[in-house]
Amino acid sequence: MIVGAIGLIYGFIAAPETVEDVKEMMASEHHGEEHAGVESSEINVEQLPGEGISEEHAEETHAAAEGGHGEEAAHDNEHYEHVLHQLQNKPWSALYVAAFFFFMISLGVLAFYAIQYAAQAGWSPVLFRVMEAITAYLLPGGIIVFVLLMLSGFHVNHLFIWMDPEVVAHDEIIQAKTAYLNVPFFLIRAAIYLGGWILFRHLLRKNSLKMDDATDNTYFKKNFKLAAGFLVFFIVTESMMSWDWIMSLDPHWFSTLFGWFVFASLFVSGITTIAIISIYLKSRGYLEFVNDSHIHDLAKFMFGISIFWTYLWFSQFMLIWYSNIPEEVVYFITRMEDYPVLFWGMLVTNFIFPVLLLMNSDYKRVNWFVIMTGIIILAGHYLNVFVLVMPATVGESWFIGVSEISAVLLFGGFFLFVVFNALTKAPLLVKGNPFIKESKHYHY
Amino acid sequence: MASKVLHAIYRDDDLLLQAVKQIREARYHIGEIYCPFPVHGLDKAMGLAPTRLAITSFLYGLVGLAVAIAMMNFIMIEDWPQDIGGKPSFSFFQNMPAFVPIMFELTVFFAAHLMVITFYMRSKLWPFKKAENPDVRTTDDVFLMEVDAANHNVEDLTDFLYKTGASEIKLIE
Repeated sequence: MIVGAIGLIYGFIAAPETVEDVKEMMASEHHGEEHAGVESSEINVEQLPGEGISEEHAEETHAAAEGGHGEEAAHDNEHYEHVLHQLQNKPWSALYVAAFFFFMISLGVLAFYAIQYAAQAGWSPVLFRVMEAITAYLLPGGIIVFVLLMLSGFHVNHLFIWMDPEVVAHDEIIQAKTAYLNVPFFLIRAAIYLGGWILFRHLLRKNSLKMDDATDNTYFKKNFKLAAGFLVFFIVTESMMSWDWIMSLDPHWFSTLFGWFVFASLFVSGITTIAIISIYLKSRGYLEFVNDSHIHDLAKFMFGISIFWTYLWFSQFMLIWYSNIPEEVVYFITRMEDYPVLFWGMLVTNFIFPVLLLMNSDYKRVNWFVIMTGIIILAGHYLNVFVLVMPATVGESWFIGVSEISAVLLFGGFFLFVVFNALTKAPLLVKGNPFIKESKHYHY
Repeated sequence: MASKVLHAIYRDDDLLLQAVKQIREARYHIGEIYCPFPVHGLDKAMGLAPTRLAITSFLYGLVGLAVAIAMMNFIMIEDWPQDIGGKPSFSFFQNMPAFVPIMFELTVFFAAHLMVITFYMRSKLWPFKKAENPDVRTTDDVFLMEVDAANHNVEDLTDFLYKTGASEIKLIE
């Protein structure tokens, strides 16, 4: 029966696979263009972020070049150069945002999974294989993020301005931070975080698979200890990761609860993804042992962590807004003035929608309702990462163009491919977990 | 013809839940059940209408939010305009973030307290009220079920209740 289930799963994976392949091809074609653009001369780069806009810009530069006699033109050129740098960053940032977004989903799921073990949760073991499958993206996703960071470190792109020695030479604030913010240490740290997470994930998964054939609880106990260890490691490295990978994009600005803020975002995205994939698999008849009570619990987490995210967002915002210190408030000024729709829209999608839609206890059991809310939450948290990264790298010359959409499609397709591929690798119901019976009979 | 009621006592909540289902299947009418603690799923087993307390709670929360907005607007903007971190006075909206914690707290405060008070009123509980428990042991470790016996043969009903696991049965007239 299990073999049959696996075969069937593989059958329907074949469909998304081909669709995603097409998307991947489209995206990678575009991707190729981007690379070509970045490497070749500046004018070419101007043309890269999409057809309509590039023409417009070409005209503008042209006009500037024609009228380029006096000081005004020189000033214009400076401005264009600035915009140019921002636009050069744009496809890279789009890539980075999407790569990080899907990576953070699988990291959030891993944290959730570890919590289930550490808390010896009785309701969730039926969902363990779904969670494990989502964390399978940690390895490829982590490598992609690491490669992107390495490319920044080797000055292929300019996402992190503190990596530019010229900038640092004229900037005392960054100079004071070079003991921490320097390229080799940055990459070593990234390698430690990623290596640690991937190692923990690997061991947890291995023990979980062994547990299927085990006769006693040794592997469960091992996983319990591993999960507890992981959570300690995770909460430290996750904070540092958020400083390194996101907060250092604005090297002058800092916030002490930034790690928690990013954590809330990745946690709620992860839980939402578990819910969406579980419901999808259930609708295809693969997870008949998952009942509405499990979905209800996941939806409660989506609801709760969405509020938690808003709480942290507001805590960070209000203190800075209230004190109004220029060096701090500049962070929000750029976001409020250059990204007003996304910045405030994010609050609607990440707070108001989940709160109103998931408040009713009965709605949390309506599967399509959870899916719709889940899609809104995921979109909202993509915007969250977008607003975290983009203002620092692209500034006011942002727009959601081909590179943004194709980056999401590329990584989204790759993510789905890896996750569903991992789902076929093992039976969808864990065996040997001491709580599996309780979980199957779970009823709220 | 005063109403005849049987008081059946159970010693275990699982047993009670099972008995409730059997008794309702046999079409006897359960008046009330006294428990020392809330029994999960008992309301559904007894066929009680779902609680509307959650709706009242939501409405109370909205009332709290409205009160907080009106209050902060009056205190901090209209009556005695305050300088909040150098933000423009006389504008509620531009000073709104500073009021969010109060809005949140009052929403929770109103929802929680008014919901509890509603619950007390709905359950007809107030200070110095005399306990209605027919048997003091229901505050300790036994469950007592009132079964309507007016239109039934008392002996048959008693036998049936013993079969469902009742440990003692009393007839109250």
